[in-house]
Amino acid sequence: MKCQQCDKPATFHITELTGGKPQELHLCEEHARQYLTAPASEPAASGNMAAVLAHQMAIGQTAEELARLDQQACPVCGITFYEFRSQGRLGCPHDYVCFQAQLEPLIVNIHGESEHVGKRPTRPAGGSERRTQLIRLRREMKEAIDDEHYERASKLRDEIQRIENEGN
Amino acid sequence: MQLDDLATTAGEWLRGSGPEADIVMSSRVRLARNLADFPFISRATAQDRGRIERILHERTLAIAGETDLLYVNVSQLEKVDRQFLVERHLISREHAEGQGTRAVAIDSHETFSLMINEEDHLRIQVMQSGLNLTSVWEQINRIDDLIEQKVTYAFHERLGYLTACPTNVGTGMRVSVMLHLPALVITRQIDKVFRSLQKISLAVRGLYGEGSQAMGDFYQISNQVTLGRTESELIRQVSDIVPVIIDYERQARDFLIKESHENLHDRVSRAYGILRTAQTISSEETMHLLSSVRMGVNLGLIHDLNIPTINELFIRTQPAHLQKLTGGELDTADRNIERARYLRRHLNDDNNGGAEKN
Repeated sequence: MKCQQCDKPATFHITELTGGKPQELHLCEEHARQYLTAPASEPAASGNMAAVLAHQMAIGQTAEELARLDQQACPVCGITFYEFRSQGRLGCPHDYVCFQAQLEPLIVNIHGESEHVGKRPTRPAGGSERRTQLIRLRREMKEAIDDEHYERASKLRDEIQRIENEGN
Repeated sequence: MQLDDLATTAGEWLRGSGPEADIVMSSRVRLARNLADFPFISRATAQDRGRIERILHERTLAIAGETDLLYVNVSQLEKVDRQFLVERHLISREHAEGQGTRAVAIDSHETFSLMINEEDHLRIQVMQSGLNLTSVWEQINRIDDLIEQKVTYAFHERLGYLTACPTNVGTGMRVSVMLHLPALVITRQIDKVFRSLQKISLAVRGLYGEGSQAMGDFYQISNQVTLGRTESELIRQVSDIVPVIIDYERQARDFLIKESHENLHDRVSRAYGILRTAQTISSEETMHLLSSVRMGVNLGLIHDLNIPTINELFIRTQPAHLQKLTGGELDTADRNIERARYLRRHLNDDNNGGAEKN
């Protein structure tokens, strides 16, 4: 098993019991040390906005709801909602789609609005979302190679190239 | 163009011209953009970062046209060089202190910079002297259009340009003006002004952005909201409020001249005297005194000095600049001696009309 934060083998298997529901973590030595030495409620180095966000997210949620929400992951980049809450930074463009229900109130809270009215790219609509899928495909290809599933990796590579070429 | 060439030149935005340049140091707009087919920086692998950098490097070079573009791999720079770029407002502190492959492209007049792999894949910044936001917006909009022809930006039909932090989503635009407000500081009205700005959702920061102290009485005012308003509306929001603050500052200056002319003249003259004679001086004290001298020149209390020279001194007396100019690493004590020497040389020169840059 690989570390959840990098490609090294996971040598530490931690069961986190704070946060409502038990959560399993599989980490390499380095990330385990980081995880274990980090203060429990760190507002992170990413500035006060992240902390404000995290705080707002937690309001009005029961511990169980929050724990369930926190474990949702983006199918494209793999970031969990918990990771977003703690860093205040999203993982990929698709997060705005898959975490839409949670992000919507947050966005309205920050901007007082929920719709963009400014400039738009002149490229055909939808192209951007299709290309977002490249993020997932590249991630899957990397995983396939790591697991020595070369046939699957080569199929994924062809698909990646096909989409890449469409845009150029 | 090389990085070291910048040490002997001054950015366009320091030239002290443009509307209201006695109070408005510079106008700046930045746009946050991401490529549609890569994860945001927090989830990008080293390989992703490398590819993003290569793609943006290759495609942004093509937009430069005849402009001489300086392209720098920030990750390979020495600490002093990264700090040097921060002091010139060409990269953010986050970009300087970040990790992994990252870069910046700068045009030779330092009117724009493109940060690659900062918080977002691409941060475009345009900066001009004085209160010129409309012109800045036109320039950055053109650059953005040119880049957009070469890459597919992450864009959502309803939410607009997608950014790593939801605080930037929509236009991805931050409009800011850097104001020199010494009289509002002296008359203790500055907090009142800031509180009223925060009420209309404008942010106030120091000279070097978030978390930096208001050195030299410089304050940056910028929009907080990026979604649900057009770029022109965001420009207008800041443009409309700046004249009001300028007016407050001018009233405060008038008050100081009328009510305590001797005190003000004394303050300005002493500041100038110390800067011209000190043998060792810290960065903070330099900024503080330069601020008084800058106001003194604008109020006609000092006649033998011009604004571009002072504007440049604010930047060139900072730690990394001094070390670049003297060509070696200096500890704090040596820097303070070198800074005093640099100031004496530039302020005691009979013809410091800004013609001589070193």
